[in-house]
Amino acid sequence: MLNIKNLQVKLEEEDKQILKGVDLTVEAGKVHAIMGPNGSGKSTLSYVLSGRDGYEVTGGSATLDGVDLLALEPEERAAAGLFLAFQYPVEIPGVGNMTFLRTAVNAQRKARGEDEMSAAEFLKVVRAKAKELQIDAEMLKRPVNVGFSGGEKKRNEILQMAMLEPKMCILDETDSGLDVDAMKLVAEGVNRLRSEGRGFLVITHYQRLLDHIKPDVVHIMADGRIIKTGGPELALEVENNGYADILNEVA
Amino acid sequence: MALPQRKQSATEARLAGLVLPAGGWSEPPRREALDRLAAMGLPDRRDEYWRFTRPDTLVQPEAPSARLMADDEAPLFGQTERLRIVFVDGVFDAAASDDLALEGVSIERLAETAGKDIHWARDLYGVLEARGQTPVQRPFAALNTAFASDGVLIHVTGRPSKPINLVYVHESETSDVILHHVVKVDAGGEATILENGPAAARFNKCMEVDIADTGKLHLVRAQGRDHDRRAATHVFARLGAESVFKSFTLSVNGVLTRNEVVVELTGDDAIAHVAGACVGDGDFHHDDTVFVTHDAVGCESRQVFKKVLRNGAVGVFQGKILVKPGAQKTDGYQISQSLLLDEDSQFLAKPELEIYADDVACSHGSTSGAIDETALFYLRSRGVPHTEATNLLTLAFLAEAVAEIEDADLAADIVARLEGWLARRS
Repeated sequence: MLNIKNLQVKLEEEDKQILKGVDLTVEAGKVHAIMGPNGSGKSTLSYVLSGRDGYEVTGGSATLDGVDLLALEPEERAAAGLFLAFQYPVEIPGVGNMTFLRTAVNAQRKARGEDEMSAAEFLKVVRAKAKELQIDAEMLKRPVNVGFSGGEKKRNEILQMAMLEPKMCILDETDSGLDVDAMKLVAEGVNRLRSEGRGFLVITHYQRLLDHIKPDVVHIMADGRIIKTGGPELALEVENNGYADILNEVA
Repeated sequence: MALPQRKQSATEARLAGLVLPAGGWSEPPRREALDRLAAMGLPDRRDEYWRFTRPDTLVQPEAPSARLMADDEAPLFGQTERLRIVFVDGVFDAAASDDLALEGVSIERLAETAGKDIHWARDLYGVLEARGQTPVQRPFAALNTAFASDGVLIHVTGRPSKPINLVYVHESETSDVILHHVVKVDAGGEATILENGPAAARFNKCMEVDIADTGKLHLVRAQGRDHDRRAATHVFARLGAESVFKSFTLSVNGVLTRNEVVVELTGDDAIAHVAGACVGDGDFHHDDTVFVTHDAVGCESRQVFKKVLRNGAVGVFQGKILVKPGAQKTDGYQISQSLLLDEDSQFLAKPELEIYADDVACSHGSTSGAIDETALFYLRSRGVPHTEATNLLTLAFLAEAVAEIEDADLAADIVARLEGWLARRS
């Protein structure tokens, strides 16, 4: 589904190479996790895939079901089925959460040549999905993420994911800033979305999120490359021994 | 002090083509206004109060011509039941207007009452305008009082069941119109006045508002889309104890607009909110000049102005809060912000606070900024196309000003106009 080949990326503004040849394939129906120390390039990978400004691709490719992601605008990538759950969801004063969700859902439908969702239908769907994530009506009315707690922001990300029904979901440190209960709630939301046709790439520092979202494959990233790939046991190894052993082993 | 020769000549040239309506109750205040004007002269570029806005096209004898715009939008406030009073290039259009009878309010036209020797408006006409001439001169308002050809005199005695809508139609490319309205709200009275339309090629409008203790007035206006129109407007409002005055102005297009609002809080615990949203593209100059005087205890005032500017459009804000000695417990707030959609547009702001009481809370802020790139990317990453995302963020920027409109239907009407403006440019 998601095919990344020898992806090389530098910062646009300075001469600093962040990704030095990333190879990664996420199959439909699978959950891949990427772990790695700070500064290894995990978040950069998520931003480059979703089309954020400030990065320059200097080599390699990234495709989603054969579509060249790197040639598309961010909104086109979203319509193609890519979704990034932000590490720091953005507050947008003045834009109601509902308006935002409906605009996004209908924009994607329009881009794919599908009919827009009626207001009534949308309301019904969003209420049901919000309830599962314990997002109340008040939160839906408020401006996007404004005044939301850390946990509310992350649940709101998962609500957007549930409404947009992407093919490929990237979760960038979705566990950061969450207490145990909030993490469970978010993980349950993600697990409900697991399906045969959908791939996940879960970026995290810690093993604990992976207790709740069980990965099929775990990658370790360091210094802009994936240095080791294995099963769920690899995450446990990191939890117990830190990254040092793996880094030494590769070096 | 004698006027500089240049100023005197310009003023005389402007007055040469004007005739002061003689007779009846309004002649004395008109003559007094003319005397005021003669003493101060019309403004020129050297006046500090006109530093950011060139007054020459407002001063010159003939109005610069303004092309007419075919109105392809549904009538503004069309969903609201209202009493319509229509002026076409400043001339009252009886056929297009509704019956002026409405319970809880008496409505008369200035031109019709001119023959009377006594009228309630005599106590206000030119009186609030004259008070508003200090500490800053407002020559176009004095010109207006002296030469206004018509206007409405609204006396709110109760709570009329529907808003009064002044509709200003622009049909002549060279019309030069002066209208003067007087609004008096009795104790316990409450009314809403709506104003919309470009009015004229050049429009000089003055509204004097006197609100007695516990009275309330809501004013919502939209200045019309004609690109070449020019307008200099004044609102002079005087508020009694526990009274409320809330005004919102939408300005979409217009080559030159200067909206002055002068508010005097004279009774304790009164509330005045003055807000505006403007959107301009290209040859557009929009100036909000506001002066709020706190002269009583426990009053609240808010100024909320938002401007969206692109392709070299210019926005100006001159806003002042004056807290007089003894006006304790004043709560004053002022915010003026611009969203500059490109590098060519400009926002010039002069926020001022002058405080002579020691137990007050006054805050003010002024910012200029571009679209928030992080928010834009967030929206786009959810599939919202660039233009739509920009429009959404633009409306969000204006939302704080629009929120000053209490009535949800009227606010929705204003938002629809803003969406229309954005959609035409997408």
